[in-house]
Order: sequence, then C-alpha cells, then structure tokens
Amino acid sequence: MRITCPICGERDRREFYYKSAAVALERPDPEAGDGVWNDYLHLRENPAGVTRELWYHETGCSAWLVVTRNTVSHEILDAVLASEARA
Amino acid sequence: MRFSGLRILKEGLTGNRGWTPHWRDPAPKSEYDIVIIGGGGHGLSTAYYLAAEHGLTNVAVLEKGYIGGGNVGRNTTIVRANYFLPGNSEFYSHSLKLWEGLEEELNYNVMHSQRGLINLFHSDGQRDAFARRGNAMINQGDDAVLLDREGVRKYLPYLDFDNVRFPVYGGLLHPRGGTARHDAVAWGYARGADSRGVDLIQNCEVTGIDIENGVVKGVQTTRGAIRAKKVAMVVAGRSGQVAAMAGMRIPVESHVLQAFVTEGLKPCIDHVVSFGMGHFYISQSDKGGLVFGGDLDMYASYAQRGNLPLVEHVMEAGMTLMPMIGKAKVLRSWGGIMDMTPDGSPIIDKTHVEGLYLDCGWNYGGFKAVPASGNCFAHLIATDRHHAAAEKFRLDRFRSGVGLMDEEGTGAQHNLH
Ligand SMILES: Cc1cc2nc3c(=O)[nH]c(=O)nc-3n(C[C@H](O)[C@H](O)[C@H](O)COP(=O)(O)OP(=O)(O)OC[C@H]3O[C@@H](n4cnc5c(N)ncnc54)[C@H](O)[C@@H]3O)c2cc1C
Ligand SMILES: [Zn+2]
Repeated sequence: MRITCPICGERDRREFYYKSAAVALERPDPEAGDGVWNDYLHLRENPAGVTRELWYHETGCSAWLVVTRNTVSHEILDAVLASEARA
Repeated sequence: MRFSGLRILKEGLTGNRGWTPHWRDPAPKSEYDIVIIGGGGHGLSTAYYLAAEHGLTNVAVLEKGYIGGGNVGRNTTIVRANYFLPGNSEFYSHSLKLWEGLEEELNYNVMHSQRGLINLFHSDGQRDAFARRGNAMINQGDDAVLLDREGVRKYLPYLDFDNVRFPVYGGLLHPRGGTARHDAVAWGYARGADSRGVDLIQNCEVTGIDIENGVVKGVQTTRGAIRAKKVAMVVAGRSGQVAAMAGMRIPVESHVLQAFVTEGLKPCIDHVVSFGMGHFYISQSDKGGLVFGGDLDMYASYAQRGNLPLVEHVMEAGMTLMPMIGKAKVLRSWGGIMDMTPDGSPIIDKTHVEGLYLDCGWNYGGFKAVPASGNCFAHLIATDRHHAAAEKFRLDRFRSGVGLMDEEGTGAQHNLH
C-alpha cells in the first residue's frame, strides 16, 4: 500500500500511522451525553468497501491526512490534508 | 460417521471408498426456534451446546461459505489461559478446562496438545510485568512458572540469548498452554451439533434481519426467508455488517491478521514461543511446518490478505530470536479478518432487540475461546441469563466506561489493540 501525501507525494505505507475512521474530525460537544460520546469514540460503520480514515504522515511531513480507501481491495482513492477536509 | 483403528485399516485396504460425510446437507426449513448466523468455531460450538446442554435442537446454523472457511480455519491454533484482568481471566480459564475435556466430549480427535507456552521477556520491567501476570494466572487457578535465563535455555536452547537489543532475560511458562488442530475443532463441533439434530446450512448468506416492534422475527437469506424465535449473530470479522442489518452500530473495526507456515521439518520447536520484542510467535505443527505470525497489519481491512511491510517485520523478528529457522522455506501466508473492539476484549450479550443476541469482538485471540464462547453464548440464548464465566462481556461497557477490559493498558481506543 502506498499513500500519496499532498505535501510529500507517493510514499510507502510504513511512513504513516493509522488512526481509524475519520470520525475524529467531528468531535462532539463535551456535554453531548454518553450516547453521543460512545458513538464518537467506539461505534463504527466499519464498511467492507470505501471508507474515510485518518492517517498521520509520521516519518514524513507530520501532516494528518484524510485518506479515502477501499477496505476490500486496499486501493487508495484519495488523500487530502485533514485541515482542508475539515474546512 | 465414526472412526476407529479397525475402520481405518479396512478403508485403507479397500481404497478409502467407504467414508461418508461428517454431517448432513439439509435444505433450510421455513422456521426454527433458533437461527445462528455464522458457521465458524463460535457459531458451531454455540449450536453444539444448545443441543447438548439445553436440549434445544430445532436450531439452524447459517453459513455463507463453507464450514471452516473463516477464521476458525485460518488461525495459528494457540490455546492458552494467561489473561490478567477479571472478566477475561475467568472466561479463558473456563475455556481451557473445556478444551481439556473436549476430545472426550465430542469423541473427536482435535489434537489438543498442551506442549507449554513460553512468553519471553527482555528487560527488568518486562520481567516484573510477567511475574505479575503469572500471579494472576495462579490466583485464577491456572498454572504459570517464571523461568530465568538458564531455565529458558533448558527448554529453548536454540534462541539467540545474547541479542544486543533484546537479550533473553527469562520467560513465563504456561505448561497447560499449547495448540490444537483448528479444522478438527470446527468439524468435531459440527458433527456433534448435526448428530443431535441441528441443521448446518452452508452457502446460505444472511442478507437481512426481520424485526417487528422491537422483536426479532427471522432472517432473509440467499436461500429464502427463515422465521425464528431467536437469532444469534456470531460472524467474527463480519459483525459490523450483520449487526447493521438490525440497525445497530457496534464497537468493532475489522482488521487483517497474517500468518505463515514453512515446509515440513523434523521436530525442532517443541513449545509455543513468543518474543517480547513486540510481537512474534511460533509453534511447530504435527505435520512439521513452522507456524508463525506477528501483529495486525494495523489498518481496517476485509481483504483476507495483508501487505509486505508486515511480512518483512515478522521475518525479521523470527530471525532475530531464532536464527536457526532462517533456512526453512515459507510455503504459504494468508490473512483473516479480525473483529477488533476498542478494549481488545469480546462481547457476549443481548441486544436492544428482543430475541437478538450478539457474540463478537474476538480480536486475534478467539480460537482458544471457541469452547467457552459457545458454552456461555448457548447459556445466554437458552436462559436469557449471562453465564458466570462471561458475565463481564457486556456491550454497554463502552458507553458507561465501567468494566472495560484493556489487557494492554493502552486505553479503550480503536487502532491500539
Ligand atoms: C492469522 C490468524 C491467526 C490467529 N491465531 C489465533 C491463535 O493462535 N489463537 C487464538 O485463540 N485465536 C487466533 N486467531 C483468532 C481466531 O481465529 C478468531 O478469533 C476466531 O476464529 C473467530 O471466531 P469464528 O471461528 O467463529 O470465526 P469465523 O470462522 O470467521 O466464523 C464466522 C463465520 O461467519 C460467516 N458469515 C459472515 N457473514 C455471514 C452472513 N451474512 N451470513 C452467513 N454467514 C456469515 C463467515 O463466512 C464465517 O464462516 C487468529 C486469527 C487469524 C486470522
Ligand atoms: Zn507528507
């Protein structure tokens, strides 16, 4: 698996740290209640197919990326800076 | 079908033409008392104990592929009871006891081999952690022996004891740990359930779960609709998708775990050995192949195959620990889909839907759990009460934060187990 970092270009998977589904970008209000927080922290769509996840370019430029990837074929479809994906 | 020495002799002399299938191949009925989704180790053992211990035989196991095609036939077969935390500790202890009586219970040779498991440590801190774990195992009533370096050398003379980065300080020996023949476990439970009247239905994928007014009514499958009073979801890596059919989002992310086997060699590794460097473990099958593996690939996957970086890492770890295996040729590698939970521990529970039950979250360690998971899940389905050995495996622990079982102490977070 190789991921094309928007800053560094195409790089080996080993340069990246994986941090699960991209839900972390939608942090709920602290007072939103345990149901919302459980949803955010633990419950997952976990699709067999295309999904959006967070990857950290740990040994490259240190950027957080939102990577669109297929969990069945391992194909990387897209990678954008998390700061831009969020905006 | 039964086996005996005489029968094997007779069949050998007459061209092995007399063997018959281990279980029937029934067409699905339109209705059952209980439908179990998933014919892996856990689904089959659940069906077996429903029939054997609760007398419930109007039961079907629906398997989308074939019996033994999932993780139950893909794992590295290690069976152990060396957990630390309450919840896991009593459950795996219960499971190991069931393993010890399993061949008699099923009248089937599952080749359970208690050859001893040795977890190596390489620093003072690791020694303390393993001493503590060993005490927890002994407190639970299981067995553990802390070995020093010379103690390990007696068992495993072939290790590189003086590796600069990871010198061997000692190991925690779990004498009752070992391996079993994974396929035989599936087949033995399948035969036992079938012979008691359970229908094992292969090539039957569940595509929907019917729920009316909060009560489960049955399932939709590729072989038609089947009504049921109770439905049990036991689909390991596919738990997220099947639970979604009931409108549930569950705390599971599916990851790929790889494993490897070499060509057959003469006996050289007599135990199960794990390297405390990170993760590498190895044992030798009865056929002679060295069976080994390491960590998850560490990204969500349904591919049943992994990537090369992990392959390289596992090979490096093996060569670092025991250079003698370097000339063995790797025959095959493969992957399985692991149902990972945030705290790395399983779930055996009811759901918000009446009559719908969930057994999942086996992470990379659910083979050794096959007997107890089936035993406890059958108890829950039959009586609607949790079995004492599995009563802490609750689904709502993630919401409440109470009763999380995070063996690694890294926090209940996806991607950390
Ligand atoms: C490489 C590897 C090494 C491992 N090593 C060990 C080890 O050494 N020790 C250990 O204890 N554990 C180990 N494990 C973990 C263990 O194999 C699993 O935790 C356990 O087998 C999972 O339970 P199961 O047997 O029921 O799963 P499976 O055999 O995967 O059963 C689930 C079944 O559900 C079926 N299914 C899915 N969706 C549907 C549907 N919609 N309709 C009908 N059927 C469906 C699937 O086809 C499958 O057959 C390992 C796993 C892997 C992959
Ligand atoms: Zn980069």
